[in-house]
Amino acid sequence: MTPPQEGRTGLAGLAGHTVPRQATAAERDRGEIGPEPADVLLTVNGTVHRVRLEPRVSLLDALRERLDVTGPKKGCNQGACGACTVWVDGHRVLACLTLAVACEGREVTTVEGLADGDELHPMQEAFVDNDALQCGYCTPGQLMSAVALMKEGHHRDDAEIAEWMSGNICRCAAYPNIRRAIRQVRDSGGRAEQEGES
Amino acid sequence: MRSFAYSRAADVESAVADVSADPTSEYLAGGTTEVDMLRLGVVRPRRVVDINDLPIAAIEELPDGGTRLGGLARMSDVAAHPVVRERYPMVTEALEKGASAQLRNMASMGGNLMQRVRCSYFRDGDRACNKREPGSGCAALDGVNRTHAVLGTSEHCIAAHPSDAAVALTALDAVIRLRGPEGERTVAFDDFFLLPGDAPEREHPIGHGELITAIDLPVLPVARTSHYLKVRDRESYEFALASAAVALGTEGGTVTEARIGLGGVATKPWRARRAEQALAGSEAGPEAFARAADAELADAVPRGMNGFKVELAKRTMVRALTEVAARTRGGTA
Repeated sequence: MTPPQEGRTGLAGLAGHTVPRQATAAERDRGEIGPEPADVLLTVNGTVHRVRLEPRVSLLDALRERLDVTGPKKGCNQGACGACTVWVDGHRVLACLTLAVACEGREVTTVEGLADGDELHPMQEAFVDNDALQCGYCTPGQLMSAVALMKEGHHRDDAEIAEWMSGNICRCAAYPNIRRAIRQVRDSGGRAEQEGES
Repeated sequence: MRSFAYSRAADVESAVADVSADPTSEYLAGGTTEVDMLRLGVVRPRRVVDINDLPIAAIEELPDGGTRLGGLARMSDVAAHPVVRERYPMVTEALEKGASAQLRNMASMGGNLMQRVRCSYFRDGDRACNKREPGSGCAALDGVNRTHAVLGTSEHCIAAHPSDAAVALTALDAVIRLRGPEGERTVAFDDFFLLPGDAPEREHPIGHGELITAIDLPVLPVARTSHYLKVRDRESYEFALASAAVALGTEGGTVTEARIGLGGVATKPWRARRAEQALAGSEAGPEAFARAADAELADAVPRGMNGFKVELAKRTMVRALTEVAARTRGGTA
């Protein structure tokens, strides 16, 4: 569920873009941009956005403050809590310690990109089924880590799940239910719900 | 965060030329330390040069049987690499016990070695810190220093080196490959980290703009029987209070070769040469292990709150040695 965004354009639309514009960071090759704002192209959940920002703006702030993609949360803003976990080129990373400008030319995926329309991702379903949250603030980060963990294959047992989820702090301590949700997806092959629908 | 300019380097030569020629430029790799330091204002470059596109991320076997880790290889990729897992298990263990899965996906090997200390006085711009501001003093000496070092300290700095991976790499005698404006050179791993002495602001014997292009792991059969033990306040996602990387070779119960690194207790990734010497030729058992640990920590200088680390470091080393010795016996039985 990508948020409404003025001037939003798909990849195909961008390819045909003819409006004169300032060069972006990657296009300038080794050229320098900033410290004043410059145009940067960010691909978020499959949609390309042109954002004007200073090089010091973190990916987290660009998503939340500029693109209204508020799934990634600002917990600690120093790489200690995992609430801002997103994927860059398919790898889970921390958006608070990533510069937005450094993501030009890479694919950013946030929790908004997990669901297929109104169809929740199996991990989201499992979080609901297992009450894997209390206040919910850490949940977007937990989900992005949990789905990545499935792809990485770090889900042998609870000890391994706990170790590979340790970068996502939950102050409500919903950990047992988060692990249960992950086990549910693991044991259903991660696609039971989708198969049931089709 | 203070503002800065940004550029993305396309090749190693131009990246090195750009940064070497400009004292106000800094490299940006994984960003896990750098972006944090930028936000804190501890580093204040005019420009960051993004090196993430440079082709120095490969992990490859060398003709002599060694293994080359690209400077931009991510911690997660190195930890998972089958050659690293098989030949240098303590490297994989140290990497996987560091940080979190997200940070390991971001952080580069070169950046891991260049990461700054976690001393809260270094990171707090208002407090005395000789590393951040030479000559300003060291607030940690008589401050909250429970996590600080007991080995390799000086009256100017007692910050512990935070890396886990570097502890295993120092035990391996890895070699660091650097690219500077005048070309390539190599530095022995132990030489790459300077003791604080009276110049704690100088952490590495490299010039501004020199770039870590690779870390070479030598052929070391004994490393196949190795282990990294990390002791910390919580079970995961935490820096070491004490850690030990141990590789051990035995023959008929006698130690033929020992490689030991200590972490969490020293101002640099600590090669425990005294312990290694004490072990050589000894019977691999609790007495020799305890003697070796005593020898290594003999000159430890505790400060206020970190006195417990002297005993903790010894026990950590002994436990790691005991674990590896058991594996050695299992392997030869």
